Amino acid sequence: MNLQKIIYKTVILFFIAISFAQADMTIEIVGGAASQIPIAIAPFQADNHKISPNTISALVEADLKRCGLFKTLDTRGIANIPHTPAEIKFSDWSALQAQVLTIGDVQDLSNNRLRVTFRVFDVVRQSQLMAMEFEIGHSQQRVTAHKIADLIYEKLIGEPGDFSTKIAYVGKSYNKYVLQVADADGFNAQTIVSSKEPLISPTWSPDGNMIAYVSFEKKKPVIYVQSLLTGERTLLANFKGNNSAPAWSPDGKKIAIVLTYNANSQIHTINVDGSGLKKLSSNYSIETEPAWSPDGNQIYFTSNRGGSPQVYVMSAEGGDAKRVTFDGNYNVSPHISADGKLLTYIKQVPEGFRVAVTDLQSNVTTILSNTSQDESPSFSPNGRMVLYATAIRGRGTLAAASVDGKIKQVFNDGGLDVREPSWGPRVN
Amino acid sequence: MDKKLIVSAVLLAMLAACSSNAVKTKPAGPSAGAAAATGQSNGGNTANGKNAGNGGSDYSSSTSSASSNGVGYNPLKDPNNILSNRAVLFDFDKDDVKPEYRALVEAHAKYVAEHPDAKVTLQGNADNRGSREYNLSLGQRRAVSVKKVMNVNGASDNQIETVSYGEEKAHECKDEACFQQDRRVDIVYDND
Repeated sequence: MNLQKIIYKTVILFFIAISFAQADMTIEIVGGAASQIPIAIAPFQADNHKISPNTISALVEADLKRCGLFKTLDTRGIANIPHTPAEIKFSDWSALQAQVLTIGDVQDLSNNRLRVTFRVFDVVRQSQLMAMEFEIGHSQQRVTAHKIADLIYEKLIGEPGDFSTKIAYVGKSYNKYVLQVADADGFNAQTIVSSKEPLISPTWSPDGNMIAYVSFEKKKPVIYVQSLLTGERTLLANFKGNNSAPAWSPDGKKIAIVLTYNANSQIHTINVDGSGLKKLSSNYSIETEPAWSPDGNQIYFTSNRGGSPQVYVMSAEGGDAKRVTFDGNYNVSPHISADGKLLTYIKQVPEGFRVAVTDLQSNVTTILSNTSQDESPSFSPNGRMVLYATAIRGRGTLAAASVDGKIKQVFNDGGLDVREPSWGPRVN
Repeated sequence: MDKKLIVSAVLLAMLAACSSNAVKTKPAGPSAGAAAATGQSNGGNTANGKNAGNGGSDYSSSTSSASSNGVGYNPLKDPNNILSNRAVLFDFDKDDVKPEYRALVEAHAKYVAEHPDAKVTLQGNADNRGSREYNLSLGQRRAVSVKKVMNVNGASDNQIETVSYGEEKAHECKDEACFQQDRRVDIVYDND
């Protein structure tokens, strides 16, 4: 109890600190014992009480719930759902222990467009935090819902939300492999590459306009770079042996890749136009899965130089490496959060392979998942969530977890055996 | 994998039977190593006993007997010859060629050394546990491991290519017996 109180007070201080940093932030977090912000999302006018996964307010609620920082409250017990400020009875919402309330409505305009209005209120102070209006086409409801969730997130948390970002992953059906790009919640999937041979390791350019990936279509792994704008693709690396594990540098100029020639996997960098190949590692061991630090100065990677695969870090120019993971015999697939503070990777535990997050300063490790065949973790751009692949009843699927491991969500897989996810950048 | 080997062995046996006495085998001193190798990689194949007898000691005596006794004899395709075995299996996250596969790899090394035109691709594989990229590297390392044993036994680097499929050709396994078959290097000749 005492500990809970302390944690709670810390959380309050944290949010107050943010509210001072953000000049227009007026919310105070009081009451409740959870570290999540209790938020009530009143169903918008057009979809009042008809909770369907496609309605805007339901999507906003799903987004906020998924990221782990909000406790979304059940509004079904409220008799009169407000849609305008005048209709709000704050006592209803404080009885629900909501600290934040959002209301809104969707008007069908005569020109086949929709007007979406939403407002956010501090329930304790009974004051409006923000209000916005969008005029959209019918097909833009999802995009708009994610945008609203981003705005609410940024208002309450003080940093940008990632609900409007994209993810890339590989799906397999029968003997066909498809590289797809979808919204961060897994919907709106579009196939950008289709191949009879395996595809793995998609990675995003920092501007979100290109994806590099590994294809086995030449009967061995080679790396392509493909534009999402034009669909045009170029062969980046087709050197003797394997070409794999591309990772885009934060400045967008270089791609770290892994080449074997006729020996073991070693890390190289190459310019996006295929020039300037440089070898960074030179060992008798496996050196693979490069992942850039956000400042571009360092490369984290997997090596079995110590006898078992572990995460190491070296300068992006090559040279000596420092071991990062020590606990266990199998720690692979590193990825670093945008603030450089967290490392996510796959760790073998007695129950199988699980997603781990290690705070690089405190060295505290959290296992996020409770599944046994997890692979390929990547942080959301704001570092609050990790996207990864797992298997449920033998079939590959995507899942996301909050970095504290408290919230986990399995994605709708659309009938594909899905693997190799990679969270795209935030682009505005 | 098992099925494939057995089917190809049966097909080869049928072909061999059709091509009137083209197949000659020569008994040779037993090799425990080869026996273990064929037993594991080719489990259930009735040719095992003969492989064991033939394996490891000197495949080239088979070829020499073929060249004197028959046209078109191919030791690589003789189910009774150790060279017809092409799979080297590995332990989890390991890449060392286990003793029971030494004779098999050495036999292929000798064949490659004695046939300068022969080109061989060593295709590394891994079971589907853990990281796909790490498994790609692990499959490569296994292929390199087999290549090194072949190099030591006289096979030239420019006749050998190493590639890896990682876990991309792995089966949906639920037990170790199945995983074991996927942790494998396939020895594939260009004109196979």
